[in-house]
Amino acid sequence: MLEKALKGNILYWGWLVFLLAIIGVGAGAYLMQLDRGLVITGLNREVSWGFYIAQFTFLVGVAASAVMMVIPMYLHNFKVFGRMLILGEFLAIAAVIMCLLFIVVDLGQPQRLMNVIIYATPSSILFWDMIVLNGYLFLNLLIGWVTLQSERKQIGPPKWIKPFIYLSIPWAVSIHTVTAFLYAGLPGRDYWLSAVLAPSFLASAFAAGPALLILLALVVKVFAKWDPGKEAIQALAKIVVYAMSIHLFIIVCKVFTAAYSQIPDKLYHYRYLYFGLEGHTTLATFTWVAIAAGVTGFLVLLSSKNRQSENILAFSCLLILISTWTDKGLGLISAGFIPNPMKQVVIYNPTQPELLITLSIWATGFLILTILYKVAIGVKREVES
Amino acid sequence: MAGIAAFGWSVCPSLAGASRYFMEEERLTAQQWAMAIDTRKLTGQIMDDCIEACHSIHNVPDIPPHQDIKWMWTEPYDNLFYDQSHPYLSDKEDKQFLTLCNHCENPPCVRVCPTRATFRRPDGIVLMDFHRCIGCRFCMAGCPFGARSFNFSDPRLHLETIDPEYPTRSMGVVEKCEFCSHLLDKGQMPACVVASQGALLFGDLNDPGSDVRRVLNTRYSLVRKPKLGTGPKVYYLI
Repeated sequence: MLEKALKGNILYWGWLVFLLAIIGVGAGAYLMQLDRGLVITGLNREVSWGFYIAQFTFLVGVAASAVMMVIPMYLHNFKVFGRMLILGEFLAIAAVIMCLLFIVVDLGQPQRLMNVIIYATPSSILFWDMIVLNGYLFLNLLIGWVTLQSERKQIGPPKWIKPFIYLSIPWAVSIHTVTAFLYAGLPGRDYWLSAVLAPSFLASAFAAGPALLILLALVVKVFAKWDPGKEAIQALAKIVVYAMSIHLFIIVCKVFTAAYSQIPDKLYHYRYLYFGLEGHTTLATFTWVAIAAGVTGFLVLLSSKNRQSENILAFSCLLILISTWTDKGLGLISAGFIPNPMKQVVIYNPTQPELLITLSIWATGFLILTILYKVAIGVKREVES
Repeated sequence: MAGIAAFGWSVCPSLAGASRYFMEEERLTAQQWAMAIDTRKLTGQIMDDCIEACHSIHNVPDIPPHQDIKWMWTEPYDNLFYDQSHPYLSDKEDKQFLTLCNHCENPPCVRVCPTRATFRRPDGIVLMDFHRCIGCRFCMAGCPFGARSFNFSDPRLHLETIDPEYPTRSMGVVEKCEFCSHLLDKGQMPACVVASQGALLFGDLNDPGSDVRRVLNTRYSLVRKPKLGTGPKVYYLI
């Protein structure tokens, strides 16, 4: 089926070359990081994780959100998703690969990566994260490829794939739960030390993932001239609204607990996130933009009339993506580390090489996504004609 | 023949009785090492001497904040014990205290490490294997005391002199205070304790006759963040 990716118009090849160029620049920056160390990043002794780990966390959510189509389709026989389910599964593949890349570039000694397997340590959540992420990648590759292949042969998917599909449902939940547990079990990091962290991760992921998928479906419709189906997109839009409402509700719960109890250990982090500490208000600005974007996107999409309009839908999904990305991609890590265990404020700002490396991993993800989508839509077209 | 023997030894060192072979006769032993810091005896000079003794023998590089390496350093009382402080502690609030790894009885850093590059010895010392660490920095997020440092760059670029008795580190690994386990294994007390003019006491917490236990019996002491349940083994005598 991969041969489908070898035939395309000038726009397709131009896009791939553009992505490759970004990857090339980022690879150069990464070579510099390999040579000089993480000194080229804005990370420091007090904020020891940053942009890389934040992107990783956000993308685990995007990957997990494929389950929002798998559940209706396979547990409730909601056939509408059948046509575009493969887009969700292939998005999950691209997202998990980006996650793994973000983990690798964050390591101080990436050549020792295999120590995680050689000295497997079940007490470490990172060990389990390695297992669930790689397992999820395998499941989606297997399910996506096998179902697409049977579609091409115009036969039903083989029976043996069903158990894998059912397994992928709890597995999807597990990847984001385990990722939340990386943070939620650390004593002395009061912003993360919350039972609600994993549920909040899942809620924001189930808004962000389907929102991204809607945008991708609309892009596919315009550029590949293949319609994933209005009903499917409308169903996804409803999922985005429900998930976003839960995400916003959990934010209110978290803020209430910190603000009403007024326990300094927790309150300081929220103060930093929403108002800034010691004059450092950059993150707070982003936080308020994220809240405004998220609430607006949610309110607009509450009306079914707005959801029906593709332009309004696309714009609102973009707002929700900006909101959820800022929440995890910027706020989560910095607010967790600031203030530090001695209640000092040491700020983290990503540097240019750090941003280039980040951008190139996103470009790698989009390259994989483009090729996979090209294959999927090529097969669908072949079958439909 | 030698090759086979070497192979057997590398697979299972205990076959050759290696665990006994590497232990020095005169080494100092304990069930749980602990330190008591007499804050009344701490002066700026003594603290500087302790830090200098530690950092020089361990080849700790001198790097400006905030990508620096610190095994032992000073913090004001208010930072170390912010949860046991109030505005009218005027004489204590700004007073500088020494701080270092607490060698917790239930260390979160050990729990979170995905490769067991950081581990707790039977005598309670929390150690680092610099050659196994992958530099994921999970331990730094896990430590509630900020005791761990990461080599953001090659530390050898920031060392004027190198003590050949202790290895320098490569970039990309985490490091921290090791209670001078390499000195204890040779029968010597930790470098900071020796340099402290009696302000730092060191001994076996399970031995009622040890310096640490005797002073804990007679003086009021604090540990940092006891509510977190990590069981810090560095006591501050007030």
